[in-house]
Amino acid sequence: MGRYVIRRLLQMIPVFIGATFLIFVMVYALGDPVSALFGDRGPDPATAKALREEFNLDHPLWQQYLLYMGKIFSGDFGTAFNGQPVTELMERAFPISFRLALVALTFEIVLGIVLGVVTGLRRGRSLDTTVLILTLVVIAVPTFVLGTTGQFFLGVEAGWIDPAVSPDARLDELIVPGLILALVSLAYVTRLTRTSVAENTRADYIRTAIAKGLPRRRVTVRHLLRNSLIPVVTYLGADIGTLMAGAIVTERIFNIQGVGYQLYQGILRQNSPTVVGFVVVLVLIFLLANLLVDLLYAVLDPRIRYA
Amino acid sequence: MLLDVQDLHVDFRTRDGVVNAVNGAGFSVDEGETLAVLGESGSGKSVTAQAVMGILDTPPGRITHGRVLFRGRDLLTLGREERRRIRGERMAMIFQDALSSLNPVLSVGYQLGEMFRVHRDASRKEAKARAVELMDRVRIPAARERVNDYPHQFSGGMRQRIMIAMALALEPELVIADEPTTALDVTVQAQVMDLLAELQREYRMGLILITHDLGVVADVADKIAVMYAGRIVEHAPVHDVYKRPAHPYTKGLLESIPRLDHKGGELLAIKGLPPNLLHVPAGCPFHPRCPQVREVCRHDPRPPLYEVGEGRSSACHFWKETIGE
Repeated sequence: MGRYVIRRLLQMIPVFIGATFLIFVMVYALGDPVSALFGDRGPDPATAKALREEFNLDHPLWQQYLLYMGKIFSGDFGTAFNGQPVTELMERAFPISFRLALVALTFEIVLGIVLGVVTGLRRGRSLDTTVLILTLVVIAVPTFVLGTTGQFFLGVEAGWIDPAVSPDARLDELIVPGLILALVSLAYVTRLTRTSVAENTRADYIRTAIAKGLPRRRVTVRHLLRNSLIPVVTYLGADIGTLMAGAIVTERIFNIQGVGYQLYQGILRQNSPTVVGFVVVLVLIFLLANLLVDLLYAVLDPRIRYA
Repeated sequence: MLLDVQDLHVDFRTRDGVVNAVNGAGFSVDEGETLAVLGESGSGKSVTAQAVMGILDTPPGRITHGRVLFRGRDLLTLGREERRRIRGERMAMIFQDALSSLNPVLSVGYQLGEMFRVHRDASRKEAKARAVELMDRVRIPAARERVNDYPHQFSGGMRQRIMIAMALALEPELVIADEPTTALDVTVQAQVMDLLAELQREYRMGLILITHDLGVVADVADKIAVMYAGRIVEHAPVHDVYKRPAHPYTKGLLESIPRLDHKGGELLAIKGLPPNLLHVPAGCPFHPRCPQVREVCRHDPRPPLYEVGEGRSSACHFWKETIGE
């Protein structure tokens, strides 16, 4: 197990380098951040030169990348062009997005798994059909439609929630946005759990468990669920990264000033240090989430643990 | 009488219609007795066993008729909870493929100990200790060290021993073994069968051995019930069957065993295929494949179970002819 963890950690290094290099190239090499800063009028050549020097833009690309990574590892993510340190933006944005992702993940786990188990055990009944159709609708309708509709009816018409989340983004304000963010994944978790449960109810070891005279509850929880949740856990783990990074649409709709919001602003204004900095942290989060999934997988399935 | 199954009928509702998987099966097992249930795939052996155990998938399965008397009490009239208490405690089942029949994510010690925790309210520690005892009992080497291992870490033979240990954990009165050695290597088959027979003698359990392996039957069974198309076609003490089968199907089965003294000769087989249970032939269901078929065999009513001798019956109109040859 220890060797497995070390191997997985080592595998993360090339992935991290590759992913960050790609994003670095895309932001700094394709397009000129300095002229973007000045807009249509074009910069004064002396100022432009000074800026290029300050951001190491006068070096070859690979040197720029190395210099940038070196600064990142000493904790310096640079300054946004408006003079605010990128780390300051991160300090505000990441906790908010983390809270939002947590709310969404809770919905996925609780609602998704419960619905999945219930429908998986009652295949073909009316409840099953209803939930299946609902998941299809949710998957088919884009998030911005669901988000703005929810915002309009719950926030503007019914007045149950504030249409816009305050800058602190308290947990209770994030319930509806969290649900909206979770919906698509929630539908997938439900379907995944349902299929997995339905498949495993026919498994030989479930028949054995029944033949042993175990109470129905024990058969379901100890024998059926434990096996059925293995693929679901994998999906959920991979989804943590997506939830953190993919909240751009939801955060825009509800005016949540999290990672997605900052990234959106950064891209809009070609604010390169912000974009690259945030993405580097997101890459790290993705990698750690995936590591977590692999470890959890080994905990849940002994066949992998001892492979 | 330990178990007396009378006129059992089991239907399966499928998209294509109702399949009569079991059509009036009847047999009995006494304490300490071994009954071998013999038949081709699809003859209804396993479904009968599942109906007796109460683990039939319902739906699509449905017991439409019959009685399953266990120590004189009809199990089919019991409630779900009463039925559950009998399973594992008083009757147990051993399945064919131990790898898929054991839960892959729980240790064998847990799965064995579960019997004591659920039926005997044993503590976690106690259950584990009993699990080690059981593994010793079925002669798994280094049981104490291996009790926390998972099914995939054992060999096929060892896994089947664990299945046996699990079935015998609470010393049930009746054990149903559904092809317990089919998935094993030939060398291991004999060991596992010997172990099962030994434990059966020791605990004086009734044993129903479902198999299509006639070699195994001769060694361990006291009685044989031959199934064809969901019915028992011959029910008899084991030696009578081997010496003088009273049904052409049984005869065909015996003749199809490859024999060393016929080396180089043609292997004999029963011609044709087992009937499609959606359309069981009229009359005797075996008539399309029977070498002795007569006109009367092709028409309903089906041949009843004729009393052939002491504890012997055959569902063939011409049993006298069959037995006399």
